[in-house]
Amino acid sequence: MLGMNAKDTMLFVVVTLMVLLAPILLNPFPTDSAFSQFNAGYPALMQRFVIFGILVIGFNILFGLTGYLSFGHAAFLGVGSFAAVWMFKLLSYNIVPAIALSIIVAGLFSVVIGYVALRRSGIYFSILTLAFAQMMYAIAYSDLVGKMFNTIVTNGETGLQVYLDDPQILYSEGDPKLPHLFGWEMNDSFTWDVGGWSFVFQNGYYLAGICMLIAFYISIRIFRSPFGLMLRSIKSNQQRLNYVGVSTRPYMLTAFVISGMYAGLAGGLMSAMDPLTGAERMFWTASGEIVIMAILGGVGTLVGPILGAGAIKYMENIVSTINDNVVRGWFEFMPDGLADFMVTIIHPFIGKGWHLTLGLVFMGVVIFLPGGLVELGQRIGGLFRRKKSSDTPSGATKPAE
Amino acid sequence: MGILEVKGINKRFGGLQALGDVNLSVAENTVHAIIGPNGAGKSTLLNVLVGKLIPDSGSVMFDGQSVLGRQPYEINQMGISRVFQTPEIFADLTVFENVMIPCFAKRDGAFRLHAWENTRHETGIAEQAEAILEDVNMLDKRHMTASSLSRGDKRRLEMAMCLVQEPRLLLLDEPTAGMARADTNNTIDLLKEINEKRSITMAIIEHDMHVVFSLAERITVLAQGTPLVEETPENIKGHPKVREAYLGEAQV
Repeated sequence: MLGMNAKDTMLFVVVTLMVLLAPILLNPFPTDSAFSQFNAGYPALMQRFVIFGILVIGFNILFGLTGYLSFGHAAFLGVGSFAAVWMFKLLSYNIVPAIALSIIVAGLFSVVIGYVALRRSGIYFSILTLAFAQMMYAIAYSDLVGKMFNTIVTNGETGLQVYLDDPQILYSEGDPKLPHLFGWEMNDSFTWDVGGWSFVFQNGYYLAGICMLIAFYISIRIFRSPFGLMLRSIKSNQQRLNYVGVSTRPYMLTAFVISGMYAGLAGGLMSAMDPLTGAERMFWTASGEIVIMAILGGVGTLVGPILGAGAIKYMENIVSTINDNVVRGWFEFMPDGLADFMVTIIHPFIGKGWHLTLGLVFMGVVIFLPGGLVELGQRIGGLFRRKKSSDTPSGATKPAE
Repeated sequence: MGILEVKGINKRFGGLQALGDVNLSVAENTVHAIIGPNGAGKSTLLNVLVGKLIPDSGSVMFDGQSVLGRQPYEINQMGISRVFQTPEIFADLTVFENVMIPCFAKRDGAFRLHAWENTRHETGIAEQAEAILEDVNMLDKRHMTASSLSRGDKRRLEMAMCLVQEPRLLLLDEPTAGMARADTNNTIDLLKEINEKRSITMAIIEHDMHVVFSLAERITVLAQGTPLVEETPENIKGHPKVREAYLGEAQV
């Protein structure tokens, strides 16, 4: 279907269903139950799942296929966010020009940065991209460009946002005063209360989700194309590729620009969800987070980036909200002393210490599951398949594909 | 006039004269061997031919066009393929993908943004890849990952990758280095077959005299960066200059 083979179509359909039903699937616990804080089905978090999903899918086209580790990808995200907010300020709150410009601007930046950084490979490439990103962060944080022309471009520490006296030349009476798609407001949502549950379906989430599905579809096509094959062969043996008559630089640059445009799209969507952006989105820790998401999910796999982005954003938003009182609630049945002891042990791993939990999970994945969460899924699937096939009387085993 | 004309090549590495006034002419549809003791400059010469090294002076003409100063991929697009001393293949990819890549490179040139087509549905590519794998007897291994092949099979795969492009000149850098006798003989047979069936010009750099004398029609002997003689195999065997270069003067 749509130029995909049966297996990829299956995967795409599953991901589509998950995106569409996420407000229900991610809200398994009733609102009043003790576990309700593990629910991830609220719009702000689901938006982050899909937006970071786009970001990491794009990053994976570069890192997963060619093996070139860009350590400055957050710069393109930041550039995209700023471009989108500027469109809100100058034209109107309609997100179409905003997102279009954020993709284009991020693409232009990645052409320039990629052209220079791709002169080197390996760690030198990573350092060059990191240096570029940090320079851009520094420029944005102190608004050097704005100061040079005595105006505002990134608005430095305060961050860029839309003010009432901004021109908004395309604004017409009756338009919403927040980001919208031809009047369809991003913040609007519909709440469905059923039993003890309350499911929130938000416009903004669905827009970002559809963007992610398109991005995911494009990435499947690239993975299965001759272009994708060339990118994988760059990772495998660049010298041989040169000697069979392929010029590797334009392939690398194209992959770099595509992934930069994905990051621009993610940045534009972030601004569309919340029209306010700052330089901290471009800081190097943000770039590092993208790398961690890709590795945690499974480098070079199709669905890994989505899983990695989801897992980390879930931990960041859920584990960090667990406090000592909640943990004490779990150990109520124990004698007082023992419960206190358990709380003391768990304390460093929750709340502000969620990075510690993330670090342990990341170490575990890298050591035991080099293929990331996707490999975990495959192994679990493999166990079931083996069980099933040993149940059949013939005992014929099919090789796992 | 040969298909490959090397004239007056000089190359110095610091104080070492790696190549001194090398002239070489490879005639079309022949197998030309370049032999010589260790350090004679054979590999340096090959690296000059494929654009990896730029000589200090001299010219390398392939079919009337200069090769010097071109990138390796441009030289390949002119019709020169190279087999390396240790097989250079795409180890993470399957055997089939390994041969498809040179097919795409031949059809699409050095770069083409074919990001929307499906690799499996490209007309002609899969057929070409299958045909060449059949020729080197590797069709049954097409779904294997290239890194899991035996050394001999890796060599065959690398040859298939070069042959599928139908090059006009095939450069081979010690194609049997480190091989067992049986594998060496298989490689000789394969190369003979290629030369007869496809009439591809070959330039072979080789240590193993068994390989050289079973294949070569012309032999150039290099010693200390300069060509000593260029002769037919029959005339090389007893040539006094060659004995001298290999065995030293005391042995004469």
